[in-house]
Amino acid sequence: MRYLPLTEKDRKEMMIKVAVNSVDSLFTSIPQNYHITNGIGLEEGLSESELLNKLENLSNKNKTFDNVDAFIGAGLYNHYIPVAVDHIISRSEFYTAYTPYQPEISQGTLQSIFEFQTLISQLFDMEITNASMYDGATSLVEAILMSKRVNRKNKALISSTVHPEYRETVATYFNQNDYTEISYNEDGVTDVDSLISQIDEDTTAVVIQYPNFFGNIEDLAKIRNILNENAPKALFIVVIAEALSMGLLTPPGTFGVDIVVGEGQSLGLSPSFGGPGIGLFSCKAKYLRKMPGRIAGETVDKDGEQSFVFTISTREQHIRREKATSNICSNHSLNAVVVAVYLSLMGKEGIKEIALSNFYNTQYAIKILSQFPSIFKVKYGKKVFNEFVIEFNDGIDVNLFYDKLFKEKNILLGLPLKKFYAQETKSLLLNFTEQVSTKSIDNFAKNIIEVIGEL
Amino acid sequence: MKTIAKQGLKFNEPLIFERSVVGKKGYSFKECLSNGSDPEDIFDDLFIRDEIKDFPEVSEVEVIRHFTRLSQLNYGLDSGFYPLGSCTMKYNPKVNEDIARFKGFNKIHPYFPEEFTQGALEVIFGLQEQLKKITGFEAVTLQPSAGAHAEFTGLKIIKAYHESNHDEKRKYIIIPDSAHGTNPASTTLAGFEVKNVKSGPDGYIEAETIAEIMDETIAGIMITNPNTLGVFEQDLDKIIKIVHSKGGLVYGDGANMNALMGKLKPAEIGFDVMHLNLHKTFSTPHGGGGPGAGPILVTQELKRFLPLPLVAKTEEGSFHIVKNAIGSIGRMKSFMGNFTVLVRAYSYILEMGERGLTQATEDAVLSANYIRESLKGHYHLPYEAESLHEVVFSDKNFKDLGVHTIDLAKRLIDYGLHPSTVYFPLIVSGAIMIEPTESESKEDIDYFIDVMKTIANEMKETPELLHNAPGISYRKRLDEVKAAKHPKLRWYKLDEETDE
Repeated sequence: MRYLPLTEKDRKEMMIKVAVNSVDSLFTSIPQNYHITNGIGLEEGLSESELLNKLENLSNKNKTFDNVDAFIGAGLYNHYIPVAVDHIISRSEFYTAYTPYQPEISQGTLQSIFEFQTLISQLFDMEITNASMYDGATSLVEAILMSKRVNRKNKALISSTVHPEYRETVATYFNQNDYTEISYNEDGVTDVDSLISQIDEDTTAVVIQYPNFFGNIEDLAKIRNILNENAPKALFIVVIAEALSMGLLTPPGTFGVDIVVGEGQSLGLSPSFGGPGIGLFSCKAKYLRKMPGRIAGETVDKDGEQSFVFTISTREQHIRREKATSNICSNHSLNAVVVAVYLSLMGKEGIKEIALSNFYNTQYAIKILSQFPSIFKVKYGKKVFNEFVIEFNDGIDVNLFYDKLFKEKNILLGLPLKKFYAQETKSLLLNFTEQVSTKSIDNFAKNIIEVIGEL
Repeated sequence: MKTIAKQGLKFNEPLIFERSVVGKKGYSFKECLSNGSDPEDIFDDLFIRDEIKDFPEVSEVEVIRHFTRLSQLNYGLDSGFYPLGSCTMKYNPKVNEDIARFKGFNKIHPYFPEEFTQGALEVIFGLQEQLKKITGFEAVTLQPSAGAHAEFTGLKIIKAYHESNHDEKRKYIIIPDSAHGTNPASTTLAGFEVKNVKSGPDGYIEAETIAEIMDETIAGIMITNPNTLGVFEQDLDKIIKIVHSKGGLVYGDGANMNALMGKLKPAEIGFDVMHLNLHKTFSTPHGGGGPGAGPILVTQELKRFLPLPLVAKTEEGSFHIVKNAIGSIGRMKSFMGNFTVLVRAYSYILEMGERGLTQATEDAVLSANYIRESLKGHYHLPYEAESLHEVVFSDKNFKDLGVHTIDLAKRLIDYGLHPSTVYFPLIVSGAIMIEPTESESKEDIDYFIDVMKTIANEMKETPELLHNAPGISYRKRLDEVKAAKHPKLRWYKLDEETDE
C-alpha cells in the first residue's frame, strides 16, 4: 500500500522492540468480545488508475455550468476563478498544514489570515473580521448568539427575504420563541411596518439580507434608523450571500451595521455542489471579546520581527470549555487563503469591474425578458445586482415550461421559488453573472418562444 | 547525530497591501458593456459604492510571489514528521486532490435537478454506505462541517430523542476531564449543562464514578474512545450499560477512530451516536485549520432525527435528495455539506479498501507503541495503560530542571520536526502527546526518537538551547501577551493608523 511506508521487516523489528509477537497483541486492551471477526465488509482497494476512472465516470454523470445554460444562483454563484488561485492553494505547505498553533513555523497561514481579515473588513467597511466560519448560514447563527451575549435580550427578528436555508439553520439552533420572521412586501423587500410592529424591549437583533434572497436591495439606512429609534440596544445584523455585490453597492458598514455575516463562495471558490464555502464574520471592534472563532493578530517575535499569531483566545473552547463564546474549532481556513488570493488578484479595480459585469448582464437580461408580457413579468423591477424574480401569468403551466426548457433546450431557468415559499407558485429566481454572455441570453429568449409555442 | 534541518532562504514578505501600487492589475476578463442602464440610472446614490478604500492593486506576478513566499513560511505534512497527538496528521493522497478538482464535481449547483447531479449524489451515497460499514451504524448524515459542528448535531439528536419520549428533565451531559474542549462547548450550545467527571488514577473513566451520578436527569455521556491518552476505556462495557439502564444515550467522539478501523465497530458495542472527522481518520487535508467534515452516525432508533437533506437510493437505482422527514432536527448548514471534502474521503476509502484501512490502523498503533517503548526510559509515562494510536508523556522528569514542555516543543523545530501536541489532555502535567499515524517511515520515526533522546540530554546539560528554541525557524518565539493586550487584527494604511 503506497501510503504505508513500513515494510514487513520494519514491522517485525518494531514488534520486537514493543515485545509483542503478533499484531493482535497490540490490541489486547480491546475486550475480546468487542473484536470483529469478519472484517469491515468493504471491497478491496483500487489502483490509482482504477480509482481515477471510477471517479471520472461519476463526475461525468453530472451536468455542469459548462454544459448547461444554468441561470441559477440563490446563494451559490458561478463566477470565474482566475487560474492562479488554484496554483497557490495547491501548494501543500498551505493545505497539508495543521491549525497554526505553532506560529514560528506557520507564518504563511497566519499572515494570509491576517490579510483575509483586513480584506473582508475593507469589503464590508467593518472594523474587524474573524479567521472564518463554516458558511453563511452558520455565521448567521453565530451572529445571533453573539447578539444575545452583547445585550442579554432574547428575540431575533429575521426578514423572510434572508436565504431560506440560512433561516432553516437558525430554526435548528434556536427555539421557536427565540426568533420571529418578518414578512416581505409587494416590492419584494422586508416590510418595515411589520418590522416596527414586532420590535420591542426583548429584541436582540434584526437580521436583513443585502441584496436579499430575491435579489432586491434592502434599505439599510432606513432600517438603521428604525433600530435607533425603536430598539437602540438591538444589534443590526446584515447577511451578504453574494459577496461580489460589494464591488458595486455601498457596504453595510457605511450604514452603521453592528455585525456583517456572509458567504464568501463568490470570492474564488467554485459552487462544488454547495461546499465547502466560507463563512464571513465581521463586526464593530467594541464587540471583539464577544466574537466567536479564531482571530489572527499582529505582534513581534523575540528579535522584534513583525509576526502573526492567533490571539484573544480566552474566548475559545480549548480554554473556556463550556463557557466558550462558540464551540467552533476547525473553521474554513484554507478557503480564507483562497479568498485572500482572489481579492488580491482582483484588487480595487477588478472587483468593481466584475461587479459591473454582473450588473450589466443582469440589466440586459431584464430588458430581454421584459419582452414577454404575455408569458411572465419581471416581478420587482430593475433595482437589483445580479438576481431577480420573474412571475408567470395565470394559465401557464410553470412546471411543464421549466421541465421542457431543461430537458429539451438544456436551459435551467433559475430556481422555482415554491421550493422555499409555498405561496410563490409562479415565481422563479434568476441569476446572471459575468460568465453569461448576451448571446446566451438572446438564445434563451429565442427558446422561451419556441417552448411556449409547444405548450 | 546529524540534523536534517538546515537554514534556507526566506523572505521578509510584506503585507499584500504594502505591495500595492495604483494602476496594477492581477486579473483579466472581457469587459462587459453597458446596454443603456448604468448603476446611476437604477440606484439611489446612497447605494452606489465609490471605491473600496485601501484595497490592494497588485499584478499577478507579485500576488503569486507573495503567496508562494508565505507558503514557504509554513510547515506542512508534506514538509515532514507531524506528530500532533489527537490531530491525526496523516498523509493527504495527491490523487484525491486531483479528483476533488474534477469539473464534474465543482461546476455543479445543489439546486440543479437531481437528474443533472446523479454522479455527485452517488458519491455522497457511496460514502454514507462506506462509513456505515466501518462503524456498524445504521444511518448517517454527512452535513456537519467539522468535529465541533458534528458534536452539536449529535447532541441535538440526543435532545430530540428524549423530547420525543416526553422526557423533559434530562438536562445534563456527562463529560470526562480528558475530553476535547469542543465537547463541553457543544453541550452548552445544544442547551444542556455539563456534568464533569474526573478520570480515575489509571486514566480511565471509572464505572463507579458514572454509576454514582447517573440518574434520570442525565441525557447522555460523551466518550472519546480510545480516549485522549490513546488508551481504550477499560470500563466502557459497564459504563454503556449503566447509562443505558437509566435511559441515557452514549455519544462517541470518533476523533480517534483511526485506532479501531477493522478491529471493532462502535455501534456493535453500544454507542448510540458518533461523529467521525474526515480530516483525521479519512485523510482529507487539514488546510491550516479546515475545511473538514464531521459525519454523524446513529442507530436505527435515532435515524428519524437525522438532519436534512439526506441522500437515498431508489429501487430503480437512481439517487435522490430527501428534503422532508418527520422528526428531523432540521438543517445544520446551507446546501449539501462540504462536498469536495466528502469526495476526497470517498476516494481514500476506495483506494485503501478493506485491507488498507485495517493495515493503516495496525501501523498507526504499532508506530505509537514503538515510540512509547523507545522513549519511556527518557520521558515519564504517567499511565501504565496500553497505548493504541498515540502516547502521552508528562513533564515529571524535567520540570525540576527549569525546563517546560513548551521548550521541548519549540526545540523539536530546531531539528526540523513539527512539535507534538502539548498541554493536552489537561489531566497530564505538561502533557506531550505524540501520534505518529501510519504515514511515517521507520527511518523518520527513528530520527524523531533520536531527537527526543538528544533533547532529554540537552535538558540536563544545555537547557538554554531549549529556552532559546526555536533558533533556526523563520520567527523566534512570539510575544503573545502583546498580541492580546494591544490587539492589532487588521492592517490600516499608515497615515491613518491609530495607536490602539
